[in-house]
Amino acid sequence: MASLQRVFGKNAAYLLIGPAAIWLALFFLFPMLSLLTTSLSDPAGNPITGYDLTWRIQNYLEALGDYWPYLLRSLLYAGIATVLCLVLGYVLAYAIAFKAGRWKTVMLVLVIAPFFTSFLVRTLSWKLILADNGWLVETLKALWILPEDGRLLATPIAVVAGLTYNFLPFMILPLYTSLEKIDPKLNEAAADLYASPFQRFAKVIWPLSLPGVVGGTLLTFIPATGDYINAELLGSPNTQMVGNKIQALFTTASDYPHASALSVILMVMIVAMVLYYVRKAGTEDLL
Amino acid sequence: MSPAEQAHGDLKLSGLHKRYPNGFTAVKSLDLVIPQGSFFALLGPSGCGKTTTLRMVAGLETPTAGTIEIGANDITHEKPYKRPVNTVFQNYALFPHLTIAENVEFGPKRRGVKDTRSQVKEILELTELTEQAAKKPAQLSGGQQQRVALARALINRPEVLLLDEPLGALDLKLRRAMQMELKRIQEEVGLTFVHVTHDQEEAMTMADTVAVMNEGRIEQLGTPYDLYTNPRTTFVANFLGRSNLVKGTVLGREGSGDDEVVKVDMHGTVVSIKAGRVHTDSSEGWIGIRPEKVLIQPAGTPVDAPGGYFAGAVVTEASYMGTSTEYRLRMPWGQELICFEQNTGRRGGLVPVGTQVDVSWRPEFAFLLDSSQDAEAGLEED
Ligand SMILES: Nc1ncnc2c1ncn2[C@@H]1O[C@H](COP(=O)(O)OP(=O)(O)O)[C@@H](O)[C@H]1O
Ligand SMILES: [Mg+2]
Repeated sequence: MASLQRVFGKNAAYLLIGPAAIWLALFFLFPMLSLLTTSLSDPAGNPITGYDLTWRIQNYLEALGDYWPYLLRSLLYAGIATVLCLVLGYVLAYAIAFKAGRWKTVMLVLVIAPFFTSFLVRTLSWKLILADNGWLVETLKALWILPEDGRLLATPIAVVAGLTYNFLPFMILPLYTSLEKIDPKLNEAAADLYASPFQRFAKVIWPLSLPGVVGGTLLTFIPATGDYINAELLGSPNTQMVGNKIQALFTTASDYPHASALSVILMVMIVAMVLYYVRKAGTEDLL
Repeated sequence: MSPAEQAHGDLKLSGLHKRYPNGFTAVKSLDLVIPQGSFFALLGPSGCGKTTTLRMVAGLETPTAGTIEIGANDITHEKPYKRPVNTVFQNYALFPHLTIAENVEFGPKRRGVKDTRSQVKEILELTELTEQAAKKPAQLSGGQQQRVALARALINRPEVLLLDEPLGALDLKLRRAMQMELKRIQEEVGLTFVHVTHDQEEAMTMADTVAVMNEGRIEQLGTPYDLYTNPRTTFVANFLGRSNLVKGTVLGREGSGDDEVVKVDMHGTVVSIKAGRVHTDSSEGWIGIRPEKVLIQPAGTPVDAPGGYFAGAVVTEASYMGTSTEYRLRMPWGQELICFEQNTGRRGGLVPVGTQVDVSWRPEFAFLLDSSQDAEAGLEED
């Protein structure tokens, strides 16, 4: 702000910040406040007539008491998907950054290519891939990997697979950006200083790619925890995540206060975990 | 410890050849023996294959043909991390996420040394980095980073230390200071240093032995004194200092043993060149003489050199440079020669442009090169 004032003068600085400030107030601050007040309102009301703000803390206890399995499942699925994304994404990002040569650009375009079609359509096609009489299930059965009555669709595997697939690009891009910045000479210097290939990875490449690892895991884990499309399309009632519950509470049950309370719980949990994680990874300067 | 780590002795490159996948041959059948404990300089213009040679010794590039030995051990196909060789990289390649102390102890740690503290302390003292131990590379100046790169390699006490233009990124003053510093450190630790540079002055002041490299080959190898006073090719004559090269026709040999000389006709004047300084068999050659060996005297006054002199030269340019003056002389046959003269005060001033002068030199300083070589080879294009 001070530097903006120096460059543009006092009034111009306010004018420049104005649009963004109004935008944030309208579409972030205001909904946020509305969410908080609704979460503390009496559930006796309804969406048409509105809810009375009675500072009803019980909403939170009830939401937590009734829906904790959904929260837990969300964290578990998102966690597994994030780890899978990290492993798959790291290998690919490493290959693109150091081994792709002139194919680099092509490979990067391929990584983002899925974004050219809708998230929904892509998830629906996974439904076909994992279908009970689809080629994948048939093949796995033929190979005795899946039992005769086994299925993939409507299992946790399908949900986690869907999450992994959908969020993989969000992992690859920050990883690539970090890896690409590493001077290959550092790898050679480490080799010259008696580091075996594994030690070179552990002592040089991995630590230098940490900003990408942290960025990628956050970009994957946060939206994956709140996701409901994958569980909705690929899962079953037994694999529902917290997003599905919040959606159901808002739409089918019209129970806005409990839905809001559950949303706030999810948000607080994620913020707390992110802060802890970032501190642990020693990359505070990212925030 | 693998056998390669016990390797001990001279570094020997035999028929070392490198052809890159794109078809470019950067190093052509190099043969070289670098004695243990020597300060060896590999000198050559940019792109002549110096870095490629070092990378093959370090194991970072695979030779197309040839072998690399240290003492009796062939390390040609040894993994880089198993060679008793360390490198100071051209742009240092310090680990940005580690402190100076961690950078320095990287090598010993990987080799399983448990307590590196005393080693680190010692090497940081040697390179005057004790104060910087806890800093990150980005917080250091260029000269300090250079010393970290050196300390990080030296701490391993390699059989051979490879330095790839280690001073190239420093400004002139710091470079001169670091040259002395490197020399001192080498003498103190007694390891074999292979120092790559394109700066002839740097190579000459620092190294015991200099190999002049050109287009993937060694042109000549010897002490700085030998190379400078008795170059074998026009490339060496021009790249190492400057030379006047004058066409001459070989008349024949006279005398024997140390006194054997080759008589050469140089535009009508017969000059004698010691047989040991003649590097051609053909009937024509380039007579070479270093500019500071060229003596001039205004026509009519006696010349301070034995033997004959050339009359009829004219001073066309005089550049005063403080300690010395550079004269350009037009010889009767039209060629321009360069003459450096110390400003001893003997003349009481400069020789004015346009003065008719007699030109001479002591015959023992001349050398004769092959006339098929390009007289401009090794001159910096600028
Ligand atoms: N990886 C490579 N592929 C193809 N050509 C290369 C490669 N590395 C170097 N060269 C070429 O080989 C020649 C010698 O390079 P280099 O050894 O780096 O020279 P110097 O260190 O003497 O400047 C240069 O012409 C350079 O362009
Ligand atoms: Mg080089």
